[in-house]
Amino acid sequence: MEIPYIVETRADTGLNNVKLGIWLFLASEVMLFGALFSTYIILRVGAPEWPRGELSVIFGAANTIILISSSVTMVMAWASLKMHAWGKHRFYLLVTVGLALFFLVNKFFEYAEHVGKHEIPSYNTFFAIYYTLTGLHGLHIVGGIVVMLYFLGPGAKLAKKNPDQFTNRIEATGLYWHFVDLVWIFLFPVLYLL
Amino acid sequence: MDNVTTHGSVAHGHAHEHAHHEELGFWRKYVFSIDHKVIGIQYAFTGLLFLLFGFTLMMIMRWQMAYPGRPIPLIGAWLGQDRAPMGIMLPEFYNQLGAMHGTIMVFLGVVPLAVGGFGNFVMPLQIGAPDMAFPKLNMVSYWVYFLGGVTMLASFFPHGGAAQSGWTSYPPLAVIAPGQTMWLVGMIFLITSSLLGSVNFITTIVQLRAKGLSWMRLPFFVWAQLVTAFLLLLAFPPLEAAGVLQLMDRVAGTSFFMPSGLVISGKPMLISGNGNPLLWQHLFWFLAHPEVYVLILPAFGIISEIIANNTRKPLWGYKTLVYSVVFLGFMSFIVWAHHMFMTGMGTTMSAFFQTTTMIISIPSVIVLTSLLLSLWGASIRFNPPMLFALAFLPMFAIGGLTGLPLGLAPSDIHLHDTYYVIGHFHYVVAPGTIFALFGGVYYWFPKATGKKMNEMLGYVHFWGSFICINLVFMPMFIQGLGGMNRRMYDGGAQYAHNAGLLKWNLVIGFAAWGLGLLQIPFIINFFGSLKWGKAVDKNPWEATTLEWSAPSPPGHGNFLTDPVVYRGPYEYSVPGAARDFSPQFEA
Repeated sequence: MEIPYIVETRADTGLNNVKLGIWLFLASEVMLFGALFSTYIILRVGAPEWPRGELSVIFGAANTIILISSSVTMVMAWASLKMHAWGKHRFYLLVTVGLALFFLVNKFFEYAEHVGKHEIPSYNTFFAIYYTLTGLHGLHIVGGIVVMLYFLGPGAKLAKKNPDQFTNRIEATGLYWHFVDLVWIFLFPVLYLL
Repeated sequence: MDNVTTHGSVAHGHAHEHAHHEELGFWRKYVFSIDHKVIGIQYAFTGLLFLLFGFTLMMIMRWQMAYPGRPIPLIGAWLGQDRAPMGIMLPEFYNQLGAMHGTIMVFLGVVPLAVGGFGNFVMPLQIGAPDMAFPKLNMVSYWVYFLGGVTMLASFFPHGGAAQSGWTSYPPLAVIAPGQTMWLVGMIFLITSSLLGSVNFITTIVQLRAKGLSWMRLPFFVWAQLVTAFLLLLAFPPLEAAGVLQLMDRVAGTSFFMPSGLVISGKPMLISGNGNPLLWQHLFWFLAHPEVYVLILPAFGIISEIIANNTRKPLWGYKTLVYSVVFLGFMSFIVWAHHMFMTGMGTTMSAFFQTTTMIISIPSVIVLTSLLLSLWGASIRFNPPMLFALAFLPMFAIGGLTGLPLGLAPSDIHLHDTYYVIGHFHYVVAPGTIFALFGGVYYWFPKATGKKMNEMLGYVHFWGSFICINLVFMPMFIQGLGGMNRRMYDGGAQYAHNAGLLKWNLVIGFAAWGLGLLQIPFIINFFGSLKWGKAVDKNPWEATTLEWSAPSPPGHGNFLTDPVVYRGPYEYSVPGAARDFSPQFEA
């Protein structure tokens, strides 16, 4: 027997395995970041004073735009596959990786500036939670880049053997990528603006 | 050739060609396997080894409590100068043993055996699936768990030893005590493994049920595994977050859990402060209370299968069991702070959490009552798996009912942090869950190996363990009610009010060492039966669920024909039927 519903959807659940799997994974991610945001709220409410305006809004806003654009190109990469435009798919996926790297470079300069001013995690609670939240988010970005590079490289072979399965995988990657984007959309106002 | 076709019952079961049986090499077949049955056995075996190791740590601690300050016999000389000079245990080492006993038993022993082992091996077979939905992910789960285990074991060796702040790792102590960093790294491995596993379990159960296997035809074991997987999926990430924060506190010098003005050994701590130690406790128990149900639900599942099979009757109130276990799963997310009545979090919080705690006891009692009523009027087969399942019922009842006074804030003031608590949760997990797990090993051993375990050794193992384990945990209630605190390096001798209670430390000690010896028949039986056990066919227990339609042991892909399900899971002694069991897989 072979494992069923890898590509086709199961009639009574309306899902294939990958789609259910990625949504379950994202549910656990919501709990992970939910716990960290709760930590932020509890520490901030309990603090005698909370520093404001420590971070560069320009950098943060730029990174927000970069990530939202990368979500758009991610959708294009998937949609191109659906329309059987292989070249476009690879172009958009590559652009997504590029934008993700651009985000990380920005983040690196931001970190470097604060570390230069000796604003490191042990400096105060604000910077502790700032580095933890953005660091963990950054690791998720790195994870996304690795997965996308895999689908640009060795993972692309599947597209010839089983194009539908490959499209499903790109769709799952996209769902993950939108989630990472969404986390940043919460992080930006919470850390930079409020 | 096989049961299904000889009974002429599978109407449209056309035999699939098993041409794709290319032989895998040793490494791919037994070590880095992606077959759920091999991974299940790997999990189970590793889990059993960790149970033995974790229990050994406790047997060493029990020496110190029974005979404080006397050299440990046999192994004392081997423990080394920074653990036990001249064989006499140091307090730091005692604390390491305590913290690691808890961690190993829960995260490396019981859960991997109950979920990783039984869940992986039995669940896909019971739902008629060829494998888990994501076989490679399944292999990764096991190996990440293995790495976590190695990290935990290795943490004993660096200078300063293993974690010594209890399995609960409360800060500020956990942030300043040695050994904790490796504990946190190990936990992050274990949590990751659980997450990958739970995604796989839920997807498999939702997607890969065989034709005809509707939700209310699922064996109760599968329901228990499904709810367990949801608990692992949603409760573990907050602990991962908490683990990352504590790691930051230790490694990067942050103060998430460190309050301002902390003075340690007369020196003020040079930290930024403003942290919140209670925050850790909330995040920790947000996982660790659902974790209690992760420990108990698979046990419910296992004994339900064994009881239905050996009473030769349908389970009493199958749907009630299902609804109860789902409700238990929901409720388990909103009871966590009953572990924190004594922290000064306030009476409003306490009132809320003691109410939810009383509510969650209702479905637990319903499950227990249904299983008890299932015995009514049955002609019971008293084989080793059934004895363990039967023993589970009163043992879990004692464990559960002694929990009620702890769940009420007023009585908890007296009982918290005493041996009463230790007695309570060990009755749930040790003679409760671990007995169920032993029952499961005896019950599914024939399916996994094609051989039956020896019954005589099984009886010795059961009765000896049953007597000893009660002698270990029953006196703890007496000690706890008398006010003896837990985590006492000298077994409580330093306090005058414990004077009359110390004799029980000797009783518990000897019972614990006896319990250790009585696991030898099990070990002999386990390995001996692999070689000399009686060979069995597909369905030695005359059971009704799908795993018994596959060969023993099942080959790659599990079933010879696509399984089709015709009826509910526990149709035993159906009036008018030719035999006293009507399997799900026969029309």
